[in-house]
Amino acid sequence: MPFEFTMPEFRLIAPVLIVFGVACIGILIEALVPRQQRFVVQSTLACLSLVAALGATIVNWQAQSFQPVVNGVMMLDGPTYFMWTMLLLFTLFSLLLFGERQLGGGASAFAASAAAVPGSKLEADSSAARMEHTEIFPLALFALSGMLVFPAANDLLTMFVAIEVMSLPLYLMASMARRRRLLSQEAALKYFLLGSTSSAFFLFGVALVFGYAGSFAFADVAAAIHSPTAGHGLLVAGVGMLSVGVLFKVGAVPFHSWTPDVYQGSPTPVTGFMAVCTKIAAVGGLLRLFYVALGAARWDWQLLVAIVAVLTIVVGSVVAVVQTDIKRMLAYSSIAHGGFILTAVVGTYTSQTGLHEGYVGSVGAVMFYLAAYGFATLGAFAIVTLVRNAGGEATNLSAWAGLGRRSPVLAGLFGLFLLSFAGIPLTGGFIGKFSVFESAWEGGFWWLVVVAVVMSLVAAFFYMRVIVIMFFSEPAEGTQIGSASWLTWVPILVGAVATLVLGILPGGVLELAAGAAGFLR
Amino acid sequence: MEFPVLTLLGLLPIIGAVVLCLPLKGAARPVGMAFAVATLLVGVWVTVLFVGGADLSQSAPWIKPIGATWSLGLDGMGLSMIMMTAVLTPVVLLAEWRTGEAARGRWTPQAFFALVLFLEGLSIFVFAATDVLLFYLFFEATLIPMYFLIGGYGGPKRAAAALKFLLYSLFGGLIMLAAVVGVWVVSGESGNPTFVLADLSKLVIDGPVGQWLFIGFMVAFAVKAPMVPVHTWLPDATEQATPGTSILLVGVLDKIGTFGMIRFCIGLFPEASAWATPVMVVLALISIIYGALAAIGAKDILRLIAYTSISHFGFMVLGIFAFTTQSLSGAMFYMLNHGFSTAALFLAAGFMISRRGSRLVADFGGVQKVAPVLAGVFLVSGLSGLALPGMSSFVSEFMVLAGTWSRAPWVAGVAALGMVLSAVYILSLYQKTMTGPPTEAASTHFTRDLTAVERFVMVPVIGVLLVFGFFPQPIVHLVEPVATASMQAAEQSDPAPQVEGVK
Repeated sequence: MPFEFTMPEFRLIAPVLIVFGVACIGILIEALVPRQQRFVVQSTLACLSLVAALGATIVNWQAQSFQPVVNGVMMLDGPTYFMWTMLLLFTLFSLLLFGERQLGGGASAFAASAAAVPGSKLEADSSAARMEHTEIFPLALFALSGMLVFPAANDLLTMFVAIEVMSLPLYLMASMARRRRLLSQEAALKYFLLGSTSSAFFLFGVALVFGYAGSFAFADVAAAIHSPTAGHGLLVAGVGMLSVGVLFKVGAVPFHSWTPDVYQGSPTPVTGFMAVCTKIAAVGGLLRLFYVALGAARWDWQLLVAIVAVLTIVVGSVVAVVQTDIKRMLAYSSIAHGGFILTAVVGTYTSQTGLHEGYVGSVGAVMFYLAAYGFATLGAFAIVTLVRNAGGEATNLSAWAGLGRRSPVLAGLFGLFLLSFAGIPLTGGFIGKFSVFESAWEGGFWWLVVVAVVMSLVAAFFYMRVIVIMFFSEPAEGTQIGSASWLTWVPILVGAVATLVLGILPGGVLELAAGAAGFLR
Repeated sequence: MEFPVLTLLGLLPIIGAVVLCLPLKGAARPVGMAFAVATLLVGVWVTVLFVGGADLSQSAPWIKPIGATWSLGLDGMGLSMIMMTAVLTPVVLLAEWRTGEAARGRWTPQAFFALVLFLEGLSIFVFAATDVLLFYLFFEATLIPMYFLIGGYGGPKRAAAALKFLLYSLFGGLIMLAAVVGVWVVSGESGNPTFVLADLSKLVIDGPVGQWLFIGFMVAFAVKAPMVPVHTWLPDATEQATPGTSILLVGVLDKIGTFGMIRFCIGLFPEASAWATPVMVVLALISIIYGALAAIGAKDILRLIAYTSISHFGFMVLGIFAFTTQSLSGAMFYMLNHGFSTAALFLAAGFMISRRGSRLVADFGGVQKVAPVLAGVFLVSGLSGLALPGMSSFVSEFMVLAGTWSRAPWVAGVAALGMVLSAVYILSLYQKTMTGPPTEAASTHFTRDLTAVERFVMVPVIGVLLVFGFFPQPIVHLVEPVATASMQAAEQSDPAPQVEGVK
């Protein structure tokens, strides 16, 4: 087949190009701009690039530019635009948290010199010299550009490249916590080792599916499933391998073991970024892979994913009950949420399987769930950065005791986010849960809904436990509320308002999600 | 579109709760009270409109992609529950005027008022909702203010009691969530996915699907209306909560259980309701007898009242599942009476406990001599609890028993045993606490009889019990159409009347 060169659709992929381009400029800034000004320049530029990318996304979405781009390796359709909007928005809020320096008395949440041996003189010196890792901003943008490509990727190879582009910067970012350096480095190493293993699985899966279909493109894979030319075993093995890779990123059991360690060890703003944006990108890619490429083979993977969903919900909820560290608890909670999302994925309730026009199906439900989850999660992690003691953030639950007396507003907001996680009505979490359960049941998986509902009770227990600690215990000694600038408060307040709006008047966003649920094939 | 008076009715207290989040200092409680009274006035207006035959129902699209609508409507049962809520809220606020004053910082009287008002608004929406999802939403949302009311104000073990309450309720609620999803799926299969009650009740949801969905709803309502064996959270919660909180919990929130059985279980799954009748009747009988026996054995006054309520809820459920017009009307009337009757008991017990500083029956004795008015009020409340003729609870209990008798005499016989036992627990409680020579503790602690405010609080509550005891017709006429409609929905007809009830 002769290779035809077509001009890439610059206007349509502008969001990816802007983010990637500014990330590259960020590297130049590291080299060219004096150290004192770097932090401000980097953070401002990064935020501006996100605003520009967000604008470009919305303009293209408004113009209904639904088409394959760049020789068909990416597909711009409703889900892509919805995911992109969420990714850009949540990354913007994360970058605000990255930029917070008032909390640490003028120092950011990131290590002065990440390469220094923890406890060494070099580390102390660089800290005293007020050195900073401003590379965190370009790193975040590189990760984001991978995340943007991942849910839009329309062939297996692009998907693999996107997974790597989004993961590598994250491994570095995980290692950059200013406090508790060893924990942070351990997290990065674990994430890197397990992440590369999962990538290897994914690549093996790519090879197997290529062997089955003779092509990387999703459309060709789907066509090959309809009129198979190779053995079915090849496909099943390939799907299994691909699932390992993607489910690792989602944080689904049994590929979840990295999540608590990495969430705990990473700098909290990075944890928020990973918990929200990685999950959105991973679920987005998972949806396209399973629905577009493997939709016809869904009898092969539905039961498998259903079992993974059950395991994920059960392990996430049950293990969270015994956690004593707030970040680990949120990590297990995030695992459980991944499981709830998977119930809708299993349901495969789309217009192909009888979804009524204008109603919300699997894809719409998942996207709404991610939005509700994203706002609440970012807000929650932002609050985690505020609760401090002499050693920095006080993440042990005992330090959170009596927070309701010390700061009723902060404890109330955190309580709101917890209620949303627990899926209590009048919060976005409830509508999200309702829609994913509904999609699962429509797909015939009513037993999955029953399991999920019962496990929601266990989940509610540990969320309520935190509320009990905050409101009904005597205040802990030595815990203070750090004085943060608007950079931290914006994600918290926006998160709180969005959680309530998505719970009380979810119609607009849900309609948007339902309308954007159609994959182009 | 007509003026959305039902929305206003529910929204008014919620606005009040939001206003109370402002730092109002000393003005907070009067402002809160003003909102409660305003709600009551709007409630009276709604009643006038409803009795005048106006159609107050309203419907607007709310969440289109999942077919949920903001639809509210009234029937006799809903109105009586809403009015009960609207009357009891100011009573509770007045009775608990000083609650939280001693606390440092967090659990202020202002927060108490805000939570009560928030709860009132949500409860009104629960009783007015005619959309299944909307009902569910408010049904679950009521847990939050109630959780903080129990956990924030009351005895030393209140946090644990609040958590137990919440987990039991959430368990029921989440099972119901699965059933709500199921209802949506079933309605979608018929081509028109909807949550509107009126449309859903046209669907025939029968067979195993109907039975499973019925169970899903029923579990939630059985936890809520505490029926044995899922009742254990109630005594713990009332033991730790303040009497005012208990009034709202037992008097208002638990009614959602029986209310839901009538409106949703029978309304949506008539066939499954008939199928489940034997089990429900037996459970109701067990609740009646078990609750009464546990009340006789209770050492704590508040626990005792909680157990009497479990017994009374047994009567209501029995009335519902006896499936006669008379017993159904009786059950609905009972729901109203029980709210006021329990409120009177909790209030009187609260006055006693606040003076003595103890909740144990054994710590009282001879109070009658030192505080005669308190003793009198307590006796009247108690007599209402044992359904003495002349009190409205007698009328409703009689209707339930008479209706049940025409269906199954032996069931009515067993239930009547509960009436006998109720005389035992109320009178022995009165005897132990009030009669005899005043104990030393009684004379030191009961230095003053009921204050003017306390008397004023009791007036509307006991007034309602007496008025409807002698003139039950207005309420019976109010709820009878609902009973008839439920009978028709369940395709049941009254057995040939052998006992002519109070009509």
